Amino acid sequence: MQINWQKILVPIIAMAILVGFWEWLVWYKGWRTFQMAAPSDLWPAYRRHEALFWQYGWQTLWRTVAGLAIAVVVGTFLGMIMGLSRIMNDALYPILVGFNAIPKATVVPVIALIFIGQHDFNTVLMAFLISFFPIAVSVAIGLSTLEPEYRDILRSLGASRFTVFWKIALPKTLPEFFGALKVAATLAFIGTNLVEIITPHGRGLGHLFQSAQTNSDFPLMFAVLIALAVLGIFLYYVVVALERIFAGWAERRPT
Amino acid sequence: MKGPGLGNLIEIKGVTHAYKTKAGPLPVLEKLDIAVAEGSFCAVVGPSGCGKSTLTRLIAGLMFPDEGEVWLHGELVKSPRKTVGMAFQNPVLLEWRTILQNVILPLEIVAPRMPRRQKEARALELLEMVGLTGFEHKRPSELSGGMRQRASLCRSLVHKPDVLILDEPFGALDAFTREDLWQTMHELRQREPVTAVLITHDLRESVYLGDQVVVLSGRPAHTQHVMDIPIPGPRPLDMLYNKDSVDRLAVLRKQIQIAQGRTGNEERAS
Ligand SMILES: Nc1ncnc2c1ncn2[C@@H]1O[C@H](COP(=O)(O)OP(=O)(O)O)[C@@H](O)[C@H]1O
Ligand SMILES: [Mg+2]
Repeated sequence: MQINWQKILVPIIAMAILVGFWEWLVWYKGWRTFQMAAPSDLWPAYRRHEALFWQYGWQTLWRTVAGLAIAVVVGTFLGMIMGLSRIMNDALYPILVGFNAIPKATVVPVIALIFIGQHDFNTVLMAFLISFFPIAVSVAIGLSTLEPEYRDILRSLGASRFTVFWKIALPKTLPEFFGALKVAATLAFIGTNLVEIITPHGRGLGHLFQSAQTNSDFPLMFAVLIALAVLGIFLYYVVVALERIFAGWAERRPT
Repeated sequence: MKGPGLGNLIEIKGVTHAYKTKAGPLPVLEKLDIAVAEGSFCAVVGPSGCGKSTLTRLIAGLMFPDEGEVWLHGELVKSPRKTVGMAFQNPVLLEWRTILQNVILPLEIVAPRMPRRQKEARALELLEMVGLTGFEHKRPSELSGGMRQRASLCRSLVHKPDVLILDEPFGALDAFTREDLWQTMHELRQREPVTAVLITHDLRESVYLGDQVVVLSGRPAHTQHVMDIPIPGPRPLDMLYNKDSVDRLAVLRKQIQIAQGRTGNEERAS
């Protein structure tokens, strides 16, 4: 196979130019580390707190994934109910839209107040609350737009509703589901960080960011931001890999 | 209650049905009578929206009539039954399954305990009959519309149903592909004897494939005209151009015009 050098080199060069410009700007303006960080400051900052990065990174990751997992279960369940029952759809949809419209930053203090001290629980809950909506909607739409013929070929043989759901409706919805899951993964990550930053409790990368901010430690703040980006990218590509495995058939193949 | 007439595998007696809509009940079928002898093909034609698909759903036991009865094999239809096969204008193949796995689908419901190899052997046998050998491991998206419809026919027959319900299965195909499939249908019938109801909006199709053509009136549909076509199969395609067929087509065309006349204004209004 021919390697497409252009595809590899162009992004790398673009990235290098951006980083180079940033480094030059900080050097040219003579900013100190409590005013702004240069790219070359980030690695030392990371090394200084390496153990914390891994410990906090893990806390952020597992709480995001736990919240996302609950969002998948609850979102799929809600989507199923709404997709299969017209009445439930009419009942639940406005509630979900209304809930989704609330800026989630305002929910954090409320949760923190209700479940005082339950930091892990609060964080997972927030990651879940912020991310189940797209999953529920995509599953509901996927199910309600299932052409009746798909249902009829199995129903006419006496198959149960569950069989129709399991053999046809669910797999048919998978491409939309994974599309929503990509959005949900990003949202859950935001949820986790919101809690970690707004109500810090000594856990997660958000807390590390918070304490760096208190000390005007710009190199550490930027190092945390980049660590968060790496985590976010990692999470995103895990979902993409799962999508390839479970819904790869929906990909348009070259003809 | 009296059972159906002897030898009739499908018997529809005085079926009346209305959908409940926001604007009130929509009467769709009215005192409909159809009888289909075992092993024969009944082609049903009628204006669009007159209730043909509704009729297929009643036969399949997916819905129940407000009044009247549907009998299959001497039994009153009270629920779906495993001895029915369906194919539609939309082949509705499952994109994540290969053609072979798609054809097997009904067997997974009807005969879950049948060994996999046996299911596959049965499916391959049918795929061979419709000329899809070599495509069994392809995905539906890799096949042409006509081939997908052939696969859909195989799926409707794989569990050896008594009753085959075909709701405009060739309606979306181009004329040449359609004629190919008509012939395939005759070949299939020879090897897989089955009683069928074929909904169509193509009068030539009804004459070529039907042992009996039923013309439904406009909505609410009742049986307006029944024509027998006592020509044994497989029929050559050029039979459509002989005098008898031309006469039959003329009669059917006349009947359809009458059927459309009844709801002509409504149709335009809606
Ligand atoms: N589930 C339903 N609810 C309400 N009206 C329906 C429903 N299904 C079909 N109809 C109406 O019933 C009439 C007959 O439909 P159908 O049996 O699909 O006609 P055909 O197959 O002959 O075109 C149409 O006017 C259609 O709009
Ligand atoms: Mg129809």
